Amino acid sequence: MRGATAKEPSRSVLAPVRVVFRAVVVTVVPDAKQLNEPSWLALEALVEDALEIRPAALRGQLQLFLRAIEWLPVVRYGRTFAALGDEQRSRVLRYLQDHPVERIRCGFWGLRTLALLGYYGRPEGAHAIDYAPDPRGWEAVR
Amino acid sequence: MKCRSYDIVIIGSGAGGGTVAQELSPLCRDGVRIAVLEKGPKLRDEEFTGREVEMAKALYEDGGGFLTAEQTMTLAFGSAYGGSTVVYTGTSLLPPERVLQRWSVPGLSFADVEQRARKYVAENNVHLLEKALINENNRLFVEGCRQLHYRVQQFPVNLKGCRGSSLCNLGCPNQAKQGTNRVQLPRAERNGVEVVTRCDVQRIENKKIFARVSEKLIGSKGEPSTWEAGDYQIDAKVVVVCAGAVNSPALLLRSGFGRSLPRLGHGFTCHPAFIMVAEHSQPITNAVGHPKSFYLDQFAESNHFLLETCMYFPFVTAKAMVGFGEEHSRFMRVFPRLQMILVLACDEVDDHNRVTIDGNGRPVVHYRFTPEAIHGLVQGAITAAKISFAAGAVRAHVPVSHSPTIERAEAERLDQIAQNAEFKPGKLSISAAHLQGGCAMGSSPKDSVTDSYGRVHGIPWLYVADSSLFPNSLEINPYLTIMALADRVAETIRKNVNALL
Repeated sequence: MRGATAKEPSRSVLAPVRVVFRAVVVTVVPDAKQLNEPSWLALEALVEDALEIRPAALRGQLQLFLRAIEWLPVVRYGRTFAALGDEQRSRVLRYLQDHPVERIRCGFWGLRTLALLGYYGRPEGAHAIDYAPDPRGWEAVR
Repeated sequence: MKCRSYDIVIIGSGAGGGTVAQELSPLCRDGVRIAVLEKGPKLRDEEFTGREVEMAKALYEDGGGFLTAEQTMTLAFGSAYGGSTVVYTGTSLLPPERVLQRWSVPGLSFADVEQRARKYVAENNVHLLEKALINENNRLFVEGCRQLHYRVQQFPVNLKGCRGSSLCNLGCPNQAKQGTNRVQLPRAERNGVEVVTRCDVQRIENKKIFARVSEKLIGSKGEPSTWEAGDYQIDAKVVVVCAGAVNSPALLLRSGFGRSLPRLGHGFTCHPAFIMVAEHSQPITNAVGHPKSFYLDQFAESNHFLLETCMYFPFVTAKAMVGFGEEHSRFMRVFPRLQMILVLACDEVDDHNRVTIDGNGRPVVHYRFTPEAIHGLVQGAITAAKISFAAGAVRAHVPVSHSPTIERAEAERLDQIAQNAEFKPGKLSISAAHLQGGCAMGSSPKDSVTDSYGRVHGIPWLYVADSSLFPNSLEINPYLTIMALADRVAETIRKNVNALL
């Protein structure tokens, strides 16, 4: 039998785009506005962990997509995405979600998935919606 | 490069590989050396915690989110000792006669496959769950179907001592599900078969297998491999590929077999699916009890869809719904009141849909939704919503409507609200777990990869025994059929063992 080895440290995907990523998360899950800093860090750790097994090119595309989301609203609203109000942010994301180009819809779907993973994948996120399965099953509820 | 030598090597330990391992294991008494090479880890019983992200990462390839080339669908398949049998819900249906007849594989009869499947019904304790263990999420589905005069049916399941944790898809924390990890593999090991985990087979070259064994990372789940980490050359007289509908064709393609087998990788089908979620006015038992106890298949032929009860976890459920913001959160906040129905399309073989490999030899699954599959998913969503409203739901989330939240008062207009035009790949969250085809059975290399006994055309020492053998969609949950076909492959090897070894 062999022992275990340590994992190679990897570079953060979210660090350079953290502001816009958090703005996207609170637009996707409004309850995320209530998160404190340790909860945000837990959310981001889940996302980073999920990204680690993805190809480097995809991680780069995610950063690029987030940067595009940050700056595209400047053309229409004169402000970056993070500086927009809730309704305007939702309008930007809806535009991407329903975009006629499939690749752009897919890009938004991927980003939305990461936001949902980070929020609902945390044990606190599951508890917040009263999801509390018990391995003892029926015995725990009867 | 370290070297090993065996008489028979089985690649993969799921429904196919686990069955082949058990069925060949009596040969060990005669000195035949058999190994199973499994890419995933073997988890200890106490490591099945039921925690969503943690278990998905430990038990599924790509954490359950393997993306198609088009990035419009994710594929969920297990990567562990026992393969996908660790993470399914234990649903065990006999193969449908109409489908086997339509497959029309020379030498493969429905009677033979059914008889073999029945052997595993007995061996893996397949039975109908008693009424007292059926939760409200399932009962509401039955009630809605009966109100609408649909022919709802109960799933036979392979459980022993089910406590109703509802966590089947994250690996049963009570070891109640009788997958190959609980039945066939332990029996094979007792008979002398060696199972090597964390062993990723990279290619096969003329009876030589090249594989890499990985270290267990600190903090990761599962036992370390019994082999030291590193690269291996494993000599074998017979190789049985059971790595599943994505990895079996990919392995054979990167081994160069595509040159003589033009159909290798083709014919991939998967029952693309999404979840229809409906809200009831009161909490229901959904996160307790077996999650998938009933199904409706009466529309499989006419409208290309199946409905199954299901209960998923917060992240998967959130991902499965379309949209975001308040409308999306409103459903998530009432999780204990949610009824869930899985809508699956019965997809047919399509020229575009196939497995290839990228420049590094990794599998790439190309998949586009045929008009029939889109029709199936839309009609399935409408039917699922009608069932939930008939059972008393106050609103439903129908992903294929312009505004996905449908109130009870709008139920009459469901056929107008949900439209094929609202099926937008990339917007909808579609996933598939019944992956089939890629090494189809048939009569010659022109139309298939193997014969009806899983023998690869023109290569007498190479076999395939998993769902990649299916020449078209099975239209039901595939595990018993995989086991039946694997049993047939193993019997063929046993009968010819003297010539093969």
